[in-house]
Amino acid sequence: MSERATVRETPAAADAARRLQRKDLVGIAELSPEEIQLVLDTAEAMKEIGERPIKKVPTLRGRTVVNLFFEPSTRTRTSFEVAEKRLSADSLNIAAATSSVLKGETLIDTARNLEAMAPDLIVLRHPSSGASHLLARTCRAGVINAGDGLHEHPTQALLDAFTIRARKGRLAGLKVAIIGDLVHSRVLRSNVSLLRKLGADVWIAGPATLLPPGVEQFGVRWTTSVDEAIEGADVLMMLRIQLERMRGGFLPSLREYFTIFGLTVERLRRAASDVIIMHPGPMNRGVEIASDVADGPHSVILDQVANGVAVRMAVLYLLAGGVDHEATA
Amino acid sequence: MRREAVVPVVMDADRMSRSITRIAHEIVERNRGVDHLGLVGIRTRGVPIARRLAAALHAITGDEVPTGALDITLYRDDLMRHPVGPQPVVRRTEIPFSIDNRLILLVDDVLYTGRTIRAALDALIDFGRPRAIQLVALVDRGHRELPIKADYVGKNLPTSQRESVSVHLQEIDGRDEVTVERAEGTPAAGGPS
Repeated sequence: MSERATVRETPAAADAARRLQRKDLVGIAELSPEEIQLVLDTAEAMKEIGERPIKKVPTLRGRTVVNLFFEPSTRTRTSFEVAEKRLSADSLNIAAATSSVLKGETLIDTARNLEAMAPDLIVLRHPSSGASHLLARTCRAGVINAGDGLHEHPTQALLDAFTIRARKGRLAGLKVAIIGDLVHSRVLRSNVSLLRKLGADVWIAGPATLLPPGVEQFGVRWTTSVDEAIEGADVLMMLRIQLERMRGGFLPSLREYFTIFGLTVERLRRAASDVIIMHPGPMNRGVEIASDVADGPHSVILDQVANGVAVRMAVLYLLAGGVDHEATA
Repeated sequence: MRREAVVPVVMDADRMSRSITRIAHEIVERNRGVDHLGLVGIRTRGVPIARRLAAALHAITGDEVPTGALDITLYRDDLMRHPVGPQPVVRRTEIPFSIDNRLILLVDDVLYTGRTIRAALDALIDFGRPRAIQLVALVDRGHRELPIKADYVGKNLPTSQRESVSVHLQEIDGRDEVTVERAEGTPAAGGPS
């Protein structure tokens, strides 16, 4: 590196200064591998803030973030909320159950009304696929997708990647098996997209009734044999059986599902000796995963929760830095 | 963009090393030893300078002074003021000791407007309550915009605001020297590197 950087008083100015070249985070599909690495690298620094006695920095002081949730969520919403507070942003929670959505207001009208309060970012969780796209196109504020229907859940995939990287030091070349309810999972879609961009060997496994249509085009290996997917795997991601999204006979019974597809100590023996087990939560113990595995030494499920805050801080920081409004200029 | 030779070197490797040794002696003299001292370098180039000071203090007193690294990006006052343009990469702050009741020596390469130091002070205070903070700068080039003054200075360097001061360190740049040059056209800070 013979290029001479102009060193002013701020040392960081000498480093390559990068940022997300976008206003919104709607899905992993749009992100380049470099942007994904930037989020993960930034999350490293954010994680350290969570280890301090005073877990707060003034970075987003005076910025407003609206958490707009049209679906029940504890983990994701609280994770975003903690992330916003640690960055000193003002946050506002709107849950569909307590808002005028019940009175028949459309998503766009709700958003326009919120916009009148000049938020900098809107974090949206919505049951319809594509809701984040719609909002991103309509609003001046940046939109962060916190899960839209069966489409994407980008921050979950980012925190999963961060957790894998923290444990394994890399993603490229790892065998990652994603097992469970594949058809109803936005987490699957975001994770497949991210893991492939970063060069992991991705396998998906589940009952034939729960394989997503068009699975051949995912660019992953798929099987209905959980044992085959687990064989030699470095990472196992268990997906929740989403009973609330199932209308009709996807499964004969939950007990049968557990017998054939559930992750048990016996099945785990086929995996690599240093395998890590992940679950985006909330877990159905005794359905997709046995309790002794979920609480066992290979489980990193609670790391995922802690890392979720760091990754969401990184996303908030990187997007808020890009959206500066005329109003504040 | 090649810049031909004639970049005035205002501090070479020898002078840099002597300055650091001299500052180490001043630190020992002023604080009557190195008990309860801690060094915190401001990323990026304050960190290797802090490490060198720790080595120099060890050579003088035989005691180890704990050393940490501080990233001030999240405390900057200009962070959100640029609608477009690059944003600095946030790096980890690593202070592997408690700063409570310790005398902290805050170390940076160039002291200029004082805004970095303001941010660093805010960041440090979030880690605890040091007994005192003293400031070390390898180069003080003047033009302060805040009421901040260094306690130990390697070299006072009168400059014009149109000049740019570059500190190069072995650990990062492969050589030790400080240069001053006139910035023509004054490009935006950072730039691709």
